[in-house]
Amino acid sequence: MSTTNVVDNPETLPARRNQSVSQLDLIVIPVFFVLLAILLTVVWIYSDFDGTTTSILEPDRLWTQAQEQITVALWSTVLVIVLAIPLGILVTREGAPRLKNNLVTVLGLGQALPAYGLLVLFFVAFGQGTLTVVLALAAFALLPVLRNTIVGLEQVDKSVIEAGKGMGLNGFQRLRKIELPLAVPVIMGGIRTATIINVGMATLAYLIGGGGLGITIAAGLKLNRPVTILVGALLVALIALAFDFIGGLAQRYLRPKGLS
Amino acid sequence: MNPNPQGPQLEENKVTTPKISLRNVTKTYSGVDQPAVKDLDLDIASGEILVLVGPSGCGKSTTLRLINRMIEPSSGEIIFDGENVTNSDPNELRRRMGYVIQQVGLFPHRTIAENIAVVPKSLKWPKDRIRARVDELLELTGMDPNVYRDRYPKELSGGQAQRVGVARALGAEPDVLLMDEPFGAIDPITRFNLQNEFLRLQSELKKTIVFVTHDIDEAVKMGDRIAILRDQSEIAQLDTPEAILTNPADAFVVDFLGSGAVLKTLTLRRLRDIQLVHPPEITEQTGRADAAAQLRQSDFPYAVLLDDTRRPIAWVDQKNLDSSDSLDSNSRRIPVKLQPEDTLQEALSVMLQTSAGMSAVVDGSGQYLGTCTIQSLAELLTDQPVDGASL
Repeated sequence: MSTTNVVDNPETLPARRNQSVSQLDLIVIPVFFVLLAILLTVVWIYSDFDGTTTSILEPDRLWTQAQEQITVALWSTVLVIVLAIPLGILVTREGAPRLKNNLVTVLGLGQALPAYGLLVLFFVAFGQGTLTVVLALAAFALLPVLRNTIVGLEQVDKSVIEAGKGMGLNGFQRLRKIELPLAVPVIMGGIRTATIINVGMATLAYLIGGGGLGITIAAGLKLNRPVTILVGALLVALIALAFDFIGGLAQRYLRPKGLS
Repeated sequence: MNPNPQGPQLEENKVTTPKISLRNVTKTYSGVDQPAVKDLDLDIASGEILVLVGPSGCGKSTTLRLINRMIEPSSGEIIFDGENVTNSDPNELRRRMGYVIQQVGLFPHRTIAENIAVVPKSLKWPKDRIRARVDELLELTGMDPNVYRDRYPKELSGGQAQRVGVARALGAEPDVLLMDEPFGAIDPITRFNLQNEFLRLQSELKKTIVFVTHDIDEAVKMGDRIAILRDQSEIAQLDTPEAILTNPADAFVVDFLGSGAVLKTLTLRRLRDIQLVHPPEITEQTGRADAAAQLRQSDFPYAVLLDDTRRPIAWVDQKNLDSSDSLDSNSRRIPVKLQPEDTLQEALSVMLQTSAGMSAVVDGSGQYLGTCTIQSLAELLTDQPVDGASL
């Protein structure tokens, strides 16, 4: 009898796809992580380190840089979440001004700017330092989360919201009990994308005094030490994979039960 | 509709005030010249199923949604239980009226039990009471609580989902149910079952129900009264299904009822509603010549053969009387005896089976009361609709 699925909504398909991808992710990401970690160990052990290389790749220094990278990525992601989700909720409310599409377009243009250019713009506006980097990265990674929040909220089956309204749930209750839970899988997808962007872009933080593993990579480039470039890049990749894995876990466990 | 509920015309009806009243309700959407609902007056009596039916775009759904203010009226008043609720808190109002929609709209991330508990939870019922109520409602709608309580909506078929939809609407024991084409998206067989079950449920619950459909058959089946609406939710006719079918108000109603209306009448009318005719009655003791004379004098092709206790046995014609065979051994025996409570549709099918074009009607003890002929059905069917259309 299930042929007459009353609430069949083709718009829920992207969410389903997200789900299957994230489940696959939870296997693929750790595999990649281990492979890259092995590669890093091999490079570290079997490369010839001259004095310069040794001083660039001093473990204490790398540890500090990794922490800076993580800090910048983490805070810019937090900022993105804090800004983009409420904004996405706001513009999808009934009777909200019709600035939804304009907003996405403008932010899309922002993302079309080279990341380097964006950093420089923020540097000019806010000066040197970690805060500037965090702001610049947040601006850059805002779009995926905003767009997914809007899409996630709008793909919620209208009849479910209608039924909630008909049972006397007010606007806030409908948002909290129906729309947000059902949008979680899509919003989480956007957050994961933003996280990866932020971890990667944090590599450029060194340009305006934000530190991070970019220092190691840049030093390797300037002093022609390919090993340090490789080690720096591998460390960035490992951090990105770790972040994405956490995002994958969150996507899986925050996803409401009962969705196919 | 009488604007004065104390008027003498309503004496035979319920004198109580209507459960829900719409007074001069108009809804105009912004940017549209024509109102979707124009100056609508509608009274819904307590405990009745009022069906709003009409062609698509006539405003029947809008009218329904005006009642629980899913759509706010542009002007006019909504009275619920004698209280003007036009400007009250809409959410509080909606919690007092169950609402069932075609797409059901179960919360996919909540279990069946949680779905049914939405309104009771909003009303802060104690947990035990909610749990008991959920199980009670699942039982009531024909779903085993132990099987379905903790399932999610995606595991249900369309028909099951709408059962839960009805259960959810009944959650906090509202007096009123608003149903917007509730069975419209369900396959015909399941729909038929759900309609029957719902009518059975309603005979116990006695809720006040406003039911929107575009299907006149469903309207006839479900409605205690039917409001046939035309554009801008103007009431073309508001009456019992029987009255509408037998006496449509105008050409619009006739058109909307369609050609099947005549046959639908048969399912609504009962044998006791029509005048029975009396062909000659004979028994085994009646002389053949006497019987033949009676039959010739009457307008009927058959006489009815009764036994000693006046139970009808067979139809007898001239040929049977002329032959020497026993009268009760002919081919037109009366195997099925109808009672006054049976519908005319059943009478028609009996007539078609027995080839005599007549069916005998008996009382509770099986004694012969009279006969219904195919001519009397034909008169009933052809006369009144023609009259109605010429109005």
